[in-house]
Amino acid sequence: MTTTVDSIPVSAGAETEVFDLKIDDVRTLNRAIHQASDGQSFTVDNPGGKHSLAVGINAGIDVEINGHAGYYAAGMNQGGRVTILGNAGVGVAENMMSGTVHVTGDASQSAGATAHGGLLVIDGNASARCGISMKGVDIVVGGSIGHMSAFMAQAGRLVVCGDAGEALGDSIYEARIYVKGTVASLGADCIAKEMRPEHLLELRGLLHAAGRDDDPAGFTRYGSARTLYNFHVDNSSAY
Amino acid sequence: MTLTVPDQSPAASACSLAAPSLAALGLRESATFDRATIADIQRAAETGIYDIRGWGAKRHVPHFDDLLFLGASMSRYPLEGYREKCGTDVVLGDRYASRPLHLDTVVTIAGMSFGALSANAKEALGRGASEVGTSTTTGDGGMTPEERGQSRHLVYQYLPSRYGMNPDDLRKADAIEVVLGQGAKPGGGGMLLGQKITERVAGMRTLPVGIDQRSACRHPDWTGPDDLEIKIAELREITDWEKPIYVKIGASRPYYDTALAVKAGADVVVVDGMQGGTAATQQVFIENVGIPTLAAIPQAVQALQELGMHRKVQLIVSGGIRTGADVAKAMALGADAVAIGTAALIALGDNSPRYADEYARLGSAAGFYDDFQDGRDPAGISTQDPELAKRLDPVAGGRRIANYLRVLTMEAQTIARACGKAHLRNLEPEDLVALTVESAAMARVPLAGTSWIPGTGGAGC
Repeated sequence: MTTTVDSIPVSAGAETEVFDLKIDDVRTLNRAIHQASDGQSFTVDNPGGKHSLAVGINAGIDVEINGHAGYYAAGMNQGGRVTILGNAGVGVAENMMSGTVHVTGDASQSAGATAHGGLLVIDGNASARCGISMKGVDIVVGGSIGHMSAFMAQAGRLVVCGDAGEALGDSIYEARIYVKGTVASLGADCIAKEMRPEHLLELRGLLHAAGRDDDPAGFTRYGSARTLYNFHVDNSSAY
Repeated sequence: MTLTVPDQSPAASACSLAAPSLAALGLRESATFDRATIADIQRAAETGIYDIRGWGAKRHVPHFDDLLFLGASMSRYPLEGYREKCGTDVVLGDRYASRPLHLDTVVTIAGMSFGALSANAKEALGRGASEVGTSTTTGDGGMTPEERGQSRHLVYQYLPSRYGMNPDDLRKADAIEVVLGQGAKPGGGGMLLGQKITERVAGMRTLPVGIDQRSACRHPDWTGPDDLEIKIAELREITDWEKPIYVKIGASRPYYDTALAVKAGADVVVVDGMQGGTAATQQVFIENVGIPTLAAIPQAVQALQELGMHRKVQLIVSGGIRTGADVAKAMALGADAVAIGTAALIALGDNSPRYADEYARLGSAAGFYDDFQDGRDPAGISTQDPELAKRLDPVAGGRRIANYLRVLTMEAQTIARACGKAHLRNLEPEDLVALTVESAAMARVPLAGTSWIPGTGGAGC
């Protein structure tokens, strides 16, 4: 069990390149980001809910988006530290590999979908399918999450400081879920599990990385019962 | 499917109880409850679970065999074989991509995963395709270094599971294929049973070793054509608008799906008919969902033509392509290129009579073997068993694939020249007639000897 986590950035670098999306187009922004090298900083003003902002980051850069982002903000992030000062649309940080993405507002559906690594922090609520098919990412949600979250979650940790919607962790594999509030219902093969010391320790680390001071002892752990890993006639009613 | 009653195996029934002798005894087999159906029912009763197998639809459906070419004579004149040029190249993805693919032949290799296939089989496909200047395609399980290394043109599939999906491989790819479905199972996700989830396969998919893996059937972060448009734009942004983006659909409603794929911004549409293969799916799904390739092509072409995008958004057709005649017929109906999957595996040695004894030991027979899900393929193709996989030499296999691709291309050229065409792309529906009323209606070409195209009187699609 790994306990190392990325943490959200404290300060941006020295020289910051500014893009105003009332004037600049998304292509210009992303082209500049793809050509950037470690340590560079970018600010995006007037994002206006545009899609695909700061996608395909491939260096240790800082990006601050001053406002709401549309679909797939910071998609496939690799090493970048992205802050969205607002809400994020569908699929924020989808398929992230590493780095951090911090949403100060709420996130729409499929936040952190299929992400392999890095840390996604959502200060507000996340909608349905948060962490769907997650493959190693850590997600910390300050508020609540919608239905079908962590569907087929393969690896990584999902922390929810509020409540979880229906069918949490349906068909989950080896990902671990920590929920502080209530769970409307659990999906197929997802069960509550004991909080052992190592789980309290990793949860403390995740909360700390997200800049939160919730007490790990107040959370419940959920994970796979592993009864549906292989086809079996007796399980046919579970599908 | 595996038969558990030994004397009902196809090989046994073919040898010991030949049909004529049974007929001579006055015995009559039911067309409704034939021996295969009886075996299916009894297998279901014994096991309590549906049958999972590989390959595509095995039932008879109207196909390219039901079409014939009208060779040139008085009203049109043919080209000289071996002397006059008949082009076979194709450019894929020049609608938006700054680096479209330029292939030397219209015959490409369809998506098949490492996991479903052995690493040697994937390497052989890459070697063969590269030798003749065409593309191969990854599958549900990510890109292996062997495959990237051996494939000059590699199409990287973007699937609902996103197993192994990462931006580095995305940038290494020559094209991206967003997969909505496949012909063997439109509406179904991938499946790989535990026997084939070795440590390497599991690692690439971030899954526990040995589980029965069932992939999602819907993409996790988009639903419907409006979302797909945004998703395609994201993939273009990540890859700086360099790479062609294909959209692959399993043929069910190809008229609407093709139109929506074009609207969503696809460079290329791939339509896979129900004869297209799979590594593992429920038999009931394979045989009963989707439409034949023959019926799918004219619908997809109609959608492209109505949008003014035929030949601008390229159409790749797959599902049951076996010969150069099939290639030429798909082209004549309006395809820009074709893809082969099952035929490529057969070219590598799948279902070869040389493994007859081993197929018999598995309860199958050469020509019948479809248990790709079991991972015990004697030909070393649909397996992760290192001993079995070793039987397939990737270099020799690559030569077989290259030979077969050349034969398909030359056969298609032979027919195109006979129809007076200087490029495979110039083949047209007017070069074709149909042998049956059904195939005439599906392919929208006249019944041979008539000017009758059934179904053209009423609503188009």
